Amino acid sequence: MPALLKNLSRKLGMMPFGFHGGVEVDQRKLTASMAIEDCALSPVLILPMKQHIGEACTPLVHVGDYVKRGQKIARAEGYVAAPVHASASGKVVKIEEHRIAHPSGMGLPCIFIEPDGDDASETLEPWEDWAERDPGELRERIRMCGLVGLGGAVFPTFIKLVRDQRHAVETVILNGIECEPYLTTDHRLMLEHADEIVAGLAIIRHMVGAREAVIAIEDNKPDAVETMRRAVVAAGLEDVRVTVMPTRYPQGSEKQLIQAITGREVPAGKLPVHIGVLCQNVGTAQAVFHAVRHGRPLTERVVTVSGEAVPRPGNLRIPFGTPVRFVLAGRGLEDLNDIHIIHGGPMMGERLRNIDVPVVKATNGLLAVPEPQMSSMQSSEQPCIRCGHCSEVCPVMLVPNLLADHCRNDEFTRAEQYQLFDCIECGCCSYVCPSTIPLVHYFRYGKGQLAQIRRSEAFAEESRLRSEAREQRLEREKQAKAARRSRVRKTHAPAEPSDNNATGKEES
Amino acid sequence: MPIISSPHIHNGDSIRLTMLTVILALLPATAAAVYLFGWLAFLSIATAVLSCVLTEILCLRWMGRSTASALDGSAALTGLLLALTLPASLPWWMVVLGSVFAIVLGKQVYGGLGYNLFNPALSARVILLISFPLNMTTWLVPMSAASAALDLYDFQLCLAFFLHGPQALGLTLDAITMASPLGHVKTEWTRGVGVPEALAAYHYSYLNAFLGSEAGSMGETSALALLIGGIYLLARHTITWHIPFSYLATVLLLAAVFNMLDPNHFAPPMFHLLAGGLILCAFFMATDPVSSPVTPAGQIVFGIGCGILTWCIRSFGGYPEGAMFAVVLMNCAVPLIDHYCRPRVYGHGADE
Repeated sequence: MPALLKNLSRKLGMMPFGFHGGVEVDQRKLTASMAIEDCALSPVLILPMKQHIGEACTPLVHVGDYVKRGQKIARAEGYVAAPVHASASGKVVKIEEHRIAHPSGMGLPCIFIEPDGDDASETLEPWEDWAERDPGELRERIRMCGLVGLGGAVFPTFIKLVRDQRHAVETVILNGIECEPYLTTDHRLMLEHADEIVAGLAIIRHMVGAREAVIAIEDNKPDAVETMRRAVVAAGLEDVRVTVMPTRYPQGSEKQLIQAITGREVPAGKLPVHIGVLCQNVGTAQAVFHAVRHGRPLTERVVTVSGEAVPRPGNLRIPFGTPVRFVLAGRGLEDLNDIHIIHGGPMMGERLRNIDVPVVKATNGLLAVPEPQMSSMQSSEQPCIRCGHCSEVCPVMLVPNLLADHCRNDEFTRAEQYQLFDCIECGCCSYVCPSTIPLVHYFRYGKGQLAQIRRSEAFAEESRLRSEAREQRLEREKQAKAARRSRVRKTHAPAEPSDNNATGKEES
Repeated sequence: MPIISSPHIHNGDSIRLTMLTVILALLPATAAAVYLFGWLAFLSIATAVLSCVLTEILCLRWMGRSTASALDGSAALTGLLLALTLPASLPWWMVVLGSVFAIVLGKQVYGGLGYNLFNPALSARVILLISFPLNMTTWLVPMSAASAALDLYDFQLCLAFFLHGPQALGLTLDAITMASPLGHVKTEWTRGVGVPEALAAYHYSYLNAFLGSEAGSMGETSALALLIGGIYLLARHTITWHIPFSYLATVLLLAAVFNMLDPNHFAPPMFHLLAGGLILCAFFMATDPVSSPVTPAGQIVFGIGCGILTWCIRSFGGYPEGAMFAVVLMNCAVPLIDHYCRPRVYGHGADE
């Protein structure tokens, strides 16, 4: 009955379904009214060989080579990967390991480019006639241009843009939610480049053959809703629905957005396409448009540079590889004492210990906040009073306090039973915890430990099989030898080919 | 080194804020207690709160822990809750003993705040009831002023009564006390008198029970004051509706059905609702976060269990009041309830 009412209300008033839990966060969108500006060119660009989810790339250039903006400088290895392109013209000065934005502070091989300032660029052939082209051809173009999801997950875009006989995409959802506090990247893109985003949506829809298309925007961005509605009409795509969602974190998370719009859940371990949905960020849609229509690879992105400690916050178009230190200095932030720098948003982003890391495809925001503001999360962890607020806000419907107990006590099998791996690390539980328990931190710890345990279990299993196979082989050889000897003794006949069979088996 | 992991912002909630909210919600009931039982209520409440906080400080110091958490409001709240469940005629040393029980046996032996299995205030009350059954079931006549044997609004008299007992004032307890409605009904039933007759003889009035002027524990008699606090807690989202609603609804439903079947034996639902500690337990004791289930489904199971036990103990048990036993018994089942009442995780077993 409730499902029926929901369906009815949705059909009548286009009311979204909503998702479980979530929190109302202080928006702090300081840069919402600031137009996108170009960031100055850094004297050196540091391009990591992995800026996506998947396998790292292999450099195609050598030290001393001259490269143009848009030139492919690293080749994707494997299927889940995206190539890297030079983000400015100039000279390759070195290829070596450098720190990247990663919780472990780990390093990756990076290509260092010294820009010459000429801005010589290299693009692929512009395709004005994309509508006549084969979806497979467009997909290859998007793969070659190094596109990844720009909402923050950086999953290679081409993989999702596929026509599958078994799982047809019925609904394309364009994600313009941007629910993280401070961040205004997608908001500004929708205001300033609505036509390009809508054109990108048209290309995506053409590729996957979706019947329905929805652009989802939260009601804290009424101007973006208005602009997108106009752009949709101007593009002659009246059947594209621009849906206003009530503002609630983490609505921009793919699974939660799909639930809020379609009322359906993505089954565990499956992809959205299994329920006929494709979700793309508005920035990705714009990048799709540039890649297809103008042949332009992904070499830059819009980043919100914000936070109370930034003298001149803004929305900047930044070439990949620009060091974070250079970006912040450009906005008047030089003295970094008692200031926390966050890569991403305050709910899911990661605090940078080293700001010489480069801006990459995943960088949707760079925040600088004065230290005292962060103190609440650093105030010492109090015992859990089991108030249950964490379960109330969990969008995945976990029971975070019990789950954290299991992780803290190293009861990982139990944690897995409590569906640890379904945690999306949105941070709602930690945000509301009156005991300031860093729940998400415990979940990351548990996931890491479990991954380690699985690896060593797999290794042990492999060793066991190998040692068993060896024992069997030795046993067979012994028997074969004994048989041969007895035969030789008895009949003086030559050995039979059964030996060869045994050897053949053990190799297989 | 502090953990630096997302999220980097927080909504500002804290344990202290939660405890202060509950204490604030208990203010109407505390005020009603002082209004109804005069200086005796004030003395008992102050003694219980101070003893609890002091015991907490001593325990923490003895265990070599930081004593800062003694001031987080949880010990004071335990003291206040305990005092509100006590009769106003209790001597000071029983109040102190109860407070020590609450903090030491109810809370610190388990490892302190957050680890206790039982509600500390209720477990202390159970211990007191079993240890001192007579004192714990002797109820002062509320609002007895100058005309009565004991003037509750005379500070000197009350202090003497609190410190030295009724003998020091030349009083016997019988002269200044009466049975509670629940106790009266139970005793009469054992004598073969039916519920309607017993209530008539008691001059029982629903309005008095709602406002609080029937005999009973200091903070349990005024349903009105407790409801104001309970609604405040619901509005502030410190508690959710699940436990109070399922608890009260279960008691009302059972009482209504059985009252319909045999009105002579089983008291009517409104009587159950307004009598004894049911409303205090439903809004303030059963909802104690530490000793109640975490998940909404678990909370409903917990509330129903409390309701069934409360009604059963009141109707068939040896004690006239069952609310506190019900909550303490259901506290034992919380780990089990939590394990089996987990919500369905996103994407697991959803409609395909």
